[in-house]
Amino acid sequence: MTTPLVELDNISIAFGGIRAVDGVSLDLHPGEVVGLLGHNGAGKSTLIKILAGAYKKSGGEIRINGEVAEINSPRDARRYNIETIYQTLALADNLDAASNLFLGRELTTPLGFVDDTKMEAETRKIMKRLTPNFQKHNEPVSALSGGQRQSVAIARAVYFNAKILIMDEPTAALGVHETQMVADLIKELKAQGLGIFLISHDTREMLELCDRVSVMKNGKLVGTERVEDVTEDDILSMIILGKNPREAAA
Amino acid sequence: MSDATSSKTDGLPTQEKRNFIQTLEVDTRLLGMIGAFVVVCLVFNVLTDGRFLTARNIFNLSIQTVSVAIMATGMVFIIVTRHIDLAVGALLATCSAAMAMTQTAILPEVFGLELGHPLIPWIAMLVGIAVGTAIGAFQGYLVGYLMIPAFIVTLGGLLIWRNVAWYMTSGQTIGPLDPTFMTLGGINGTLGATMSWIVGVLAVAAACWGLWSARRNKIAHGAPVKPVWAEYTVMGVVSAVILGFVAILNSYQIPAARLRRQFAAAGEEMPEGFTAVYGIPLSVLLLIAVAVAMTIIAKKTRFGRYIFATGGNPDAAELSGVNTRMLTVKVFALMGALCAISAIVASARLTNHSNDIGTLDELRVIAAAVIGGTALAGGIGTIYGAILGALIMQSLQSGMAMVGVDAPLQNIVVGTVLVAAVLIDIIYRKRIGAK
Repeated sequence: MTTPLVELDNISIAFGGIRAVDGVSLDLHPGEVVGLLGHNGAGKSTLIKILAGAYKKSGGEIRINGEVAEINSPRDARRYNIETIYQTLALADNLDAASNLFLGRELTTPLGFVDDTKMEAETRKIMKRLTPNFQKHNEPVSALSGGQRQSVAIARAVYFNAKILIMDEPTAALGVHETQMVADLIKELKAQGLGIFLISHDTREMLELCDRVSVMKNGKLVGTERVEDVTEDDILSMIILGKNPREAAA
Repeated sequence: MSDATSSKTDGLPTQEKRNFIQTLEVDTRLLGMIGAFVVVCLVFNVLTDGRFLTARNIFNLSIQTVSVAIMATGMVFIIVTRHIDLAVGALLATCSAAMAMTQTAILPEVFGLELGHPLIPWIAMLVGIAVGTAIGAFQGYLVGYLMIPAFIVTLGGLLIWRNVAWYMTSGQTIGPLDPTFMTLGGINGTLGATMSWIVGVLAVAAACWGLWSARRNKIAHGAPVKPVWAEYTVMGVVSAVILGFVAILNSYQIPAARLRRQFAAAGEEMPEGFTAVYGIPLSVLLLIAVAVAMTIIAKKTRFGRYIFATGGNPDAAELSGVNTRMLTVKVFALMGALCAISAIVASARLTNHSNDIGTLDELRVIAAAVIGGTALAGGIGTIYGAILGALIMQSLQSGMAMVGVDAPLQNIVVGTVLVAAVLIDIIYRKRIGAK
């Protein structure tokens, strides 16, 4: 088997004595979507924020392409081409789409000033690909719909050539049509060879989009299964009971 | 940056019908503020039988506004990042005291530079700016890294720096200050007629070039631009305002008695019928330079972009790799430096350092920024708005003084205007549907 894109090996983190993530191991291959499921507070978002550099792990090892990676800040994560789309949309509401897309990585003129015109032109290009109808380039993103805001966040990941994409409830705030748009986008990115960690509460959606699903409960990994091998009921019982029915049967 | 764009009601570049103002792409809130300012001026002009809009009063109004306006530009960044600085007036006093002591006592007595030595004013200013920046950075460190709320840090600072200044000078008035230093105060340093016109013409050229190159840049990237006539209209209005301002300042004649004293000081006799005008005060030039620099920082640098991003959504900024703690330190350090620059202007205008210099300036500065459209919730504010806010405050105050309104009533009116301005802004924002 090829080297996984990402290996999370025995990752732990504790907040004031509570082990929010406790010895979890996961891997992710190029062109694969791995879903993370579990109740609120199961530790999915916390685990993924460790990979994104928002939290520092207190134990375990992260390997990218087989090599040990030190990720201590969002900046570090970006160096490994890890991009994150957060549950709480990580957009500055008062800025326009281009400023948000390039936030932290502004294009500059030779004199070192931010080049708004060029950034807007690039944003127009990429948004045309993702959402052809998008027009509100000169308005703060607070004026955008949920789907448009999400596409700005996704455009950011696509533009900067993410190899590893983390999507934390990317469709939670969206309507039916917009959810479908994001689903199509995930399939397209997967076809391009990105590795995607997807967090969602929607089990059916996960079974449709993911290659494998991992279930967490109380900070521990219950199990990881290929979607062909499990039913929706199997997954629900993993989430609720915290036991893997296939292992129990075996 | 957000409110500059939010005034446009649609994102479609051309299809929708657009009225005259929309085609010009001028910020409607800017127009509103200018409108309010014009109304204030006209009302006072009527009430004072035309004395308010004389060259002399406009000159005085300009030089009285400079100190608060300079600090207000820095307060915009502070408030945009969701902080507050209550210590600016006290910090101004400490910087002023440091500079006054440097030029009248420390340099002459400790370093043996003779009073009037050409280096004295410059060293004093550097000392002042260094003190202001260092104190500002320290307050920023307490806020950004030690997580003490800015309100508390600067409330403490208000007491501390006001009395550090008192302690340094033993409460005495320190003066007279260095003559070169005092040219930055206003009336003691003006450009005269010819230089003022040159500066005015250069400013017009720079403004038009700026507008035109922005347009070229947009076309080069295929972005929509407004019609050429709209571009020319904006250029024409900007040019008329700049040149009109210069013309007014250039029509304020230096009183004959003062001219005679100047000739006498040079050991000459004043020729019969000799006249001269003040022109643009150096302090006003300094304010314009600060305003341009701060606007460039706000709109054209990463630092400025991160200030607004952090104000809009601190978590998003942090997750995008912005070091928001260091940003807080930098913003407060910049505020400190601006307090020092204001201290130069304020003490130079008074020709000495007095113990109560800058008292209550923190409230004027915050009010100017807020009247100028800076939202206390963070993320929104403009430099030009803050300067206009300072100008409106100063106009109200000196206008009421000229009309002869009782002192308590003056403050009641200013307080009412502050609250009303914010209310109008809230209603306006709701109407255009922005947050």
